[in-house]
Amino acid sequence: MIKFLLRRFIQMGILFVIFLSVIWLILQLMPGDVSDTLIGDPSIPLTARADLRARLGLDQPLHIQYFTYITNFFRGDLGVSFSRYPQEVSAILWNALPRTLYLFLTATLFAFWLGFKTGKLIAWGRGGKTEQGLIVGGVFLQTVFYPWFAIVMLWLFGFFLGWFPIGRFIDARLWQGAPFLANDVFELIVLTVVITGVLYGLMRLAIKRFATNPVVEHRLRQGAALVTVGGLLLYWYLSPMRTYAADIAHHTVLPVVTLGLVAFGATMLLTRSSMLETLGEDYILTARAKGLHDRAIRDRHAARNAMLPVTTSLVLALAFVIGGGIITETIFSWPGMGLIFLQAIGVNDLPLAIGALSITGVLALVGHLVADILYTVLDPRIRIS
Amino acid sequence: MSINERTTKHEVSRATGDDLARELATRALADTPIWRIRLRLFRRSFARNWALFRDNKLGLVGLAMIAIFAVMAIIHPILMATVWDPAIYDPVVGYDSVAVEVTVVEEVTDPISEMEYQEARLRFGPLTSLGDTVTVRLQPAPPTLAGDYPHFLGTDPQGRDIFSQLLYSTRAAFLLGAVAALTTVLFATTVGAIAAYYGGWIDGGLMRFADLILLMPLLPLLIVLSAAFSINMVMLGLLIGVLNGFGGTAIVLKSQALAIKVKAYIDAARVAGGGDWHVIFRHIVPNVLPLTFLFMMFGVTEAIAIEATLSFFGLLNVPMTWGVMINTAQTQGYLLSGTDFWWLLFPAGLAVSFLAFAFFIVGRGMDEVINPRLRAR
Repeated sequence: MIKFLLRRFIQMGILFVIFLSVIWLILQLMPGDVSDTLIGDPSIPLTARADLRARLGLDQPLHIQYFTYITNFFRGDLGVSFSRYPQEVSAILWNALPRTLYLFLTATLFAFWLGFKTGKLIAWGRGGKTEQGLIVGGVFLQTVFYPWFAIVMLWLFGFFLGWFPIGRFIDARLWQGAPFLANDVFELIVLTVVITGVLYGLMRLAIKRFATNPVVEHRLRQGAALVTVGGLLLYWYLSPMRTYAADIAHHTVLPVVTLGLVAFGATMLLTRSSMLETLGEDYILTARAKGLHDRAIRDRHAARNAMLPVTTSLVLALAFVIGGGIITETIFSWPGMGLIFLQAIGVNDLPLAIGALSITGVLALVGHLVADILYTVLDPRIRIS
Repeated sequence: MSINERTTKHEVSRATGDDLARELATRALADTPIWRIRLRLFRRSFARNWALFRDNKLGLVGLAMIAIFAVMAIIHPILMATVWDPAIYDPVVGYDSVAVEVTVVEEVTDPISEMEYQEARLRFGPLTSLGDTVTVRLQPAPPTLAGDYPHFLGTDPQGRDIFSQLLYSTRAAFLLGAVAALTTVLFATTVGAIAAYYGGWIDGGLMRFADLILLMPLLPLLIVLSAAFSINMVMLGLLIGVLNGFGGTAIVLKSQALAIKVKAYIDAARVAGGGDWHVIFRHIVPNVLPLTFLFMMFGVTEAIAIEATLSFFGLLNVPMTWGVMINTAQTQGYLLSGTDFWWLLFPAGLAVSFLAFAFFIVGRGMDEVINPRLRAR
């Protein structure tokens, strides 16, 4: 295992350097540079543009720029953003990453939880009208033109029904003169949600170990969910940041639901086909022959094994949050990585664009590794070699 | 297919002591040109697979939807050549606007009506007075069926016919889908078969390359490329095809090719003196092909969505596609118009979704043909 991980880490390192070089090169292919933004103003002399280029090091030969960038990158210095000049790239990204991750984690986890349950049920009770309807709905959600779907959702719930704010992360009027920074409140929200999730997970594990009766176990599980979620809500109700946190949460609902619906369709279909494959296995027949209860066969024997491809796709989906984030964040004006990347590309802000893409690369690499390790945990027949 | 051909030839040489009828039959088979036997085998397997595919009602619906879209793509040039006046119905440079008689404010009562009155005087000349009727040219205009130039789906903010744009874009979508799917399959089968057949460092190199491509986030990469170069439809199709063909699809097809590589007929072909290329392209690739049809269908779905997204951001160098139609509605400020200007957003958005949907469910139907476990019992 250790040897495997070591080899894997070396491979990942090499792959990452190549990846970084390739995206660096591709971004260099973009015509012009950041000094072009000064063309529009006739009062800026030509020397000022040359000055800017010299100051940013854009006048040096490409290979020197490349080596400077790569060495700085591995020293942890991602450079300074061109378009938001004095700000460091790492600071901008560090600011935006939690927002993107939070959006995606909530949407994806919720979609996967619901999609797995539905997919499991429709594969088990195969051939009904409900199944057909859900499949058509799932395929539609998976293939729907996502920007259009997001616009329609925004129009329907934000504009027509007026249930949710139209885009953005916070309501500027409410936050005027607020005693807190939006990011601090947001980070606290993320922290408390994560703590709640971990607590609930631990309680579930404990219940599974000590409960003897399935009915009791079910009741206890419901109780645990009630206690943890209730505790979270109570904490925020008593907190002085209450209204501000509610504002952020209110702004989160629509993008999360939109993103979640699309992921839900894909997960449900994947679970269904994976479940159908497992249902044909011999051990299902064995379980039936043993006279096990239908629900035990479905949940403990079939669904457990059908989880493998679904888990992999979950981990890999998390690895591509920035690619998927571009559309969601643009339409909902959500200030995350995707929006920052798109803006950076628009104004030739190379360090910021490369920085955003490099985070994608890291997430993808880690995602692949985690998927491989999870596979061996979920299916002991698979050994790491 | 090749294995059948070989056994028939073999039988001809051995059939000496058997009864006459059988010998005649085999001789007849031996005399038939090889392409005919192949055609017959192909027809037989096609009929068998079609029977399996037909069980999947959803797949049939998908085929019907694709057929409707194909008709849409075909009738556009015909309509342009016969019925439609290009000056009005051209999807890119056509122009028409519906004239509507509007009464200028009857009476100035509050600041709003005062402003409307001043606006009317600015637009229609200083002689315009209260209560006059003026002719306003509407664009975007709602669907009209009457008049010399009916617009079934209205016009866009620049006075262009939406229905014509919709039909025109269908052709572009099919072109893109075909290019992307064929390129994907061409590269993926070749890479997969070569990696599986040779193994060793060739396999390792190709698979590491595939890993690298898998790392690349497709959409951001294409956004960068389309911002850097002026990319048109065919180039985009090739790009998506190459990236998919060397990436994920190649890995799946390689594992399929590995399963075929150990089959007895591959050894037979090698023993019979077949070279590496012969074995790869005549024996491994044809046997991987059924699976590639599946990836072609899903590839079309993906390509359509990517093109529409890039056009939506206004990054592609294409005159008119469904994505451009939505981009037009967005940049002209009709993004949240919803049902008030439904003909701007809904036809294009639904067209992208439905075509992708159709290809996807056809792909799923094929999946059930290829993968017996998914079939209904």
